[in-house]
Amino acid sequence: MSAAAPAPIRLHGLTLGYDRHPAVHHLDGTIRPGDLLALAGPNGAGKSTLLKGLTGEIPVLDGRIERPDEIAYLPQIDAIDRSFPLSVMDLAAMGLWRRLGPWRALRRTGPAVLDALATVGLSGFEARPIGTLSGGQFRRALFARLILQDCRTILLDEPFTGIDARTTDDLLALVRRWHGEGRTVVAALHDFGQIRAHFPATLLLAREPVAWGPTARVLTPENLARARSLSEAWDEDAPVCDGARHAGPPEPHAHSHAHGHSHAHPPLSDREDAA
Amino acid sequence: MIDPFAPFVEFGFMRRALAGCLALSVSAPPVGVFLMLRRMSLMSDAMSHAILPGAAAGFLVAGLSLPAMTLGGLVAGLAVALLAGAVTRTTVLREDASLAAFYLISLAGGVLLVSLRGSQVDLMHFLFGSVLALDDPALILLGGICTLTLAVLALIYRPLVMECVDPLFLRSVSRAGGPVHFAFLGLVVVNLVGGFQALGTLLAVGLMLLPAVAARFWARELGGTMGAAVAIAALASFSGLSLSYRFDLPSGPAIVLAAGALYVASMLVGPQGGLLRRLGRRRHLEA
Repeated sequence: MSAAAPAPIRLHGLTLGYDRHPAVHHLDGTIRPGDLLALAGPNGAGKSTLLKGLTGEIPVLDGRIERPDEIAYLPQIDAIDRSFPLSVMDLAAMGLWRRLGPWRALRRTGPAVLDALATVGLSGFEARPIGTLSGGQFRRALFARLILQDCRTILLDEPFTGIDARTTDDLLALVRRWHGEGRTVVAALHDFGQIRAHFPATLLLAREPVAWGPTARVLTPENLARARSLSEAWDEDAPVCDGARHAGPPEPHAHSHAHGHSHAHPPLSDREDAA
Repeated sequence: MIDPFAPFVEFGFMRRALAGCLALSVSAPPVGVFLMLRRMSLMSDAMSHAILPGAAAGFLVAGLSLPAMTLGGLVAGLAVALLAGAVTRTTVLREDASLAAFYLISLAGGVLLVSLRGSQVDLMHFLFGSVLALDDPALILLGGICTLTLAVLALIYRPLVMECVDPLFLRSVSRAGGPVHFAFLGLVVVNLVGGFQALGTLLAVGLMLLPAVAARFWARELGGTMGAAVAIAALASFSGLSLSYRFDLPSGPAIVLAAGALYVASMLVGPQGGLLRRLGRRRHLEA
């Protein structure tokens, strides 16, 4: 396993967006090492944007992110050219880039690649061209690549969308295994049942952070209604944000409104599910 | 029976032409395979036009001089490739659009330069090359380009494949994507400049792309596709030169037409998705 010291992801007044319009607005908080965090929220809530921001794929509009150097990331819509004549084995082996770089031989790592493919149930598919895989098989292959990346922090953007129940169960088991190994896993998900069953902590986003904490206390009817009501609209004439509205205790404590206790937390401890 | 080897045995200039074309056949088709797989096949055509003004500028300065025209072509081609690549990576414009913009500017400049001082004969030389008049420096240039191409391809092979298949992933694990992309564009330019010497600007693309496209019908894996492309290009060079001698045809177009004939044949009978394979419906398997 990776020897890198576990590092938290800290968000300080983070605003991400496109063309100056925020898609994630003034988000504060800490994702601790070993967290298994679900990102929930309606379409356009900023889940993918937050994950892209965490990987450094899009620039920060305001605030800053402290993050570990090595982050494995599974995008929602991958840019993979499936018509390229590449085998499943080679696709998975891409995960070894950090260890092998451009020139070191793949030969000695062959067993590791086969192991990873076996873990995701793709034994026997090594030589198949990636273009011949079904959607679920392809997702399994991408998870094999994540295994080989062997990062302490793993970001998944809607990893189970369009995937059948059996594949989802297999991959969820893998996510739980990663959690058991002490890795940090953040996943954007739409299935609240899945979140409640497998993810101890949830961040509910609707451009503004609505609630962040233990899943049971975040996914309440009140919070979900509030998330739905927050506008998805992109206002061309929106005024420049002066931040005053967001001064003081950060928004992620919204879940505490629902439960009637006060803003007693310091800004960086908005997760209270230490257990 | 006519011996196809006879002209090469008999004449030194035919042997030189063959050596030059074979060197190009080893280096250009693998580059063409990557272009085809990246859906940038037409990009090489645009690049060949972009090279013209540089070669024309070299011609204006030094007349029909190989170093001057090669250097000019390299500078113009690399400038267009770098500018187009930079615009693609920093603005919303896609690669095909930004490249089209720059190559049109470059081509118009080239035509203007040639017409300032050129005659029709010069223009024909630009368009169709002079493969039967390859001198020592030209052969050394082609051999050097071949060596350089193979060395660079070997160095950037893994990140280049990753950049083609999953650029997002490569960006997330490495900063190699940008340099690799530009190194590849550089190889395209260098090979087109080499091909321009042997076959002329219009046909330089032919030996780069036709074998690559034809090879797609013969192999499934990337390595096999590149090997097949090199073999097809070598065969086209040999048969094109041989036929051009036999029937007194211009050799540049003859080589590219030979490659074209091999493409049509591959498209018809190639085992990987060739037309005949598709027409005959084969019995399906059980699983």
